[in-house]
This record gives sequence, C-alpha cells and structure tokens, in this order.
Amino acid sequence: MGMFDNFFSRSPNKSTAAVAKERLQIIVTHERGGRHRSPDYLPALKKELLEVVRKYVHVDQSQIKVHLDRDGDCEVLELNITLPDEEQRMGVS
Amino acid sequence: MATVIVVTSGKGGVGKTTTSASFATGLAQRGYRTVVIDFDVGLRNLDLIMGCERRVVYDFINVINNEANLNQALIRDKRVENLYILPASQTRDKEALTKDGVERVLNELRQNFEYVVCDSPAGIERGALMALYFADEALVVTNPEVSSVRDSDRILGILASRSRRAEQGDIPVKEHLVLARYAPERAHRGDMLSVDDVLEILGISLLGVIPESPAVLQSSNAGVPVILEDDSDAGSAYGDLVDRFLGKSLPHRFVTVQKKGLLQRLFGGS
Repeated sequence: MGMFDNFFSRSPNKSTAAVAKERLQIIVTHERGGRHRSPDYLPALKKELLEVVRKYVHVDQSQIKVHLDRDGDCEVLELNITLPDEEQRMGVS
Repeated sequence: MATVIVVTSGKGGVGKTTTSASFATGLAQRGYRTVVIDFDVGLRNLDLIMGCERRVVYDFINVINNEANLNQALIRDKRVENLYILPASQTRDKEALTKDGVERVLNELRQNFEYVVCDSPAGIERGALMALYFADEALVVTNPEVSSVRDSDRILGILASRSRRAEQGDIPVKEHLVLARYAPERAHRGDMLSVDDVLEILGISLLGVIPESPAVLQSSNAGVPVILEDDSDAGSAYGDLVDRFLGKSLPHRFVTVQKKGLLQRLFGGS
C-alpha cells in the first residue's frame, strides 16, 4: 500500500493537517474571546459606571456586570446592574 | 540587569525541559553567565537531562525557605563554563513556591547572572504560574499537533494577562515560538500541521524549528543537553535557535523536505 499511498496522496479529500488547522482556528478564536483585543479600559469603565449609578442607588460592586461580546463584525457592550430591593433602597438617601 | 526567560507550553511532554537544558547550555557556551531553574516541584527532571542528578544536595525550595543559600544549592555544570543549575525539590509540594520567595531568589540571581532560564512544569497551576510570572521573555514550546497548539494559545493568554509585566502594565512579555518534533515530510504530505499553519494560528514570531530526531532521546539517555551533540540535526537546530535569540539572522533549517530519489520515493517506507 505504501507505494500507492505515495502515488495517490493528492486525494480529493482534505488532508488531515488542513482539518486540524481549521478546527484549531475555530476553537482558538472561541477560547480567546477577544483576549488580544479586549479593551483595557473595561475595568475603569466598570468602576466609573458604578460610581455614577451609586449617586442615585446603592448597589454593590458585585451587582454590576460589564461584558463585551463579539458577534461577527459587531461588538456588543452589555451592562447589567442588579438593583436592590425596595426596602434596601430606602435605607440610603 | 539579567533577562528572565520562561520556557513554557501548557501541555506536557512537548520538549520544555529539553529546550530549557539546550537553550541555557547554548547561552553559556556563547559566554553568557546563565542559570537554569527547575520549577517542577515534586517532579524534577532537569537534573537528569543536564546529567547532574547525583550532585543535587540543596534545591530551589531550600533556598526559598532559607534552609540553604544560593551558593550551596547552585550546581555548576562540568562541561560548560558559566552554566549553573538550580534543581527543584523532589519532596515538597508546589505550595512552597511562594511569590515572595520566588521573587527574592530571582532578584538575587539577577545580580549574578545575565540570563535566568525558568523551566516551567506542564499545566497552568501554581508551578507554571510562578515560572512565568517574573518573565521578561518566553519560549513557548509547541508540537505540530492540535492539543499542543491549543494549550500554547492558552499559555499565551496567561502570559498576556497574569504575568507581572501584564499586571503592572509594563512592556508585555516577549513571546517566541519554538516548534519542536517537526517532521517536514509529514507536513508536506498534509499529515502534520506545517510551520506556517502553527504560526498563523498562534501569531507569534518563530525562534526555531526543532526536527523530530533520535538524537533527543539518545542525549537524554546520557544526560547531555542535545545542543552539545552539534553534529546532530536537533543539536544544530538548537544552536541556531540560541544564535537567533542573541540577534543573529539565520535561515530556518529542517523545515523543508529533503529531496529523495525516484526509487526512494517509490519504495522508501513510511
């Protein structure tokens, strides 16, 4: 078989290396999750947003989530603030 | 001021210790005072690869815990001048690697050496994190194989976010790719990721390609860093790698297929 393998190695099927490369590109892009381009202003933005919100409502540091997602060419900045219950809100003025 | 270089990969068995041993030996051969540190606490092997396993008295953890000083723990290589080995502890657990302790030892080594090479353990646990935390540059050892490439990418992410340089907003750790166990014929046939494939995925600069070679096992059997076998393919590839690291511009060898005759092509196995 070795002889024929050499003759016919240019089969119409994709080589296993090409398959490996494609799989890697997909998984690596996914796992990076914007690692290389994750903006470094994100932590500062989160802090300042929190300060603004705190002027009006008392929220805890852990109650604010800033998330940057990429969907194709479109980047989505998601801001999620959990407001405290009514009675807790009364506590601060 | 010394340069601290981590040799890392994420995945085990790709050639970190082989690379650490040869890289450090090569730097020392070229006249630089070099120390190579084993960070694999509990599973030390650098001593075996360097052939100094019977000369270990004190280790890295002893120095961190002030049970010995550096002069007592450092092993001077008998073949190459300017080369020292700091072995890992075989008995302690990895928790002994404290950030403060590692920093203190590295600072002391920086005073006396020009290059400090940190041989990282596999994984992304404490030992690996400590090995890369203080690094100025990184050799990322990768095999042309899916799990190794993925793990290397993960390590690149950690270098970019959890090293001291990243935490302090300093100039990022300089990353170099070392592609080991490469077989050009198999890549040419489409059975193995090629150098270009790996470079495209990882996106860092290529420092060297080390061919798959029987010389690596043979030299480890003997406890001789393969770079000292300079008539071997892997040995000369490491030699080129060190020269490139020091700024020489050399073409990459062992990346293309050696031309075979017609008969060889028809009947030459594989």
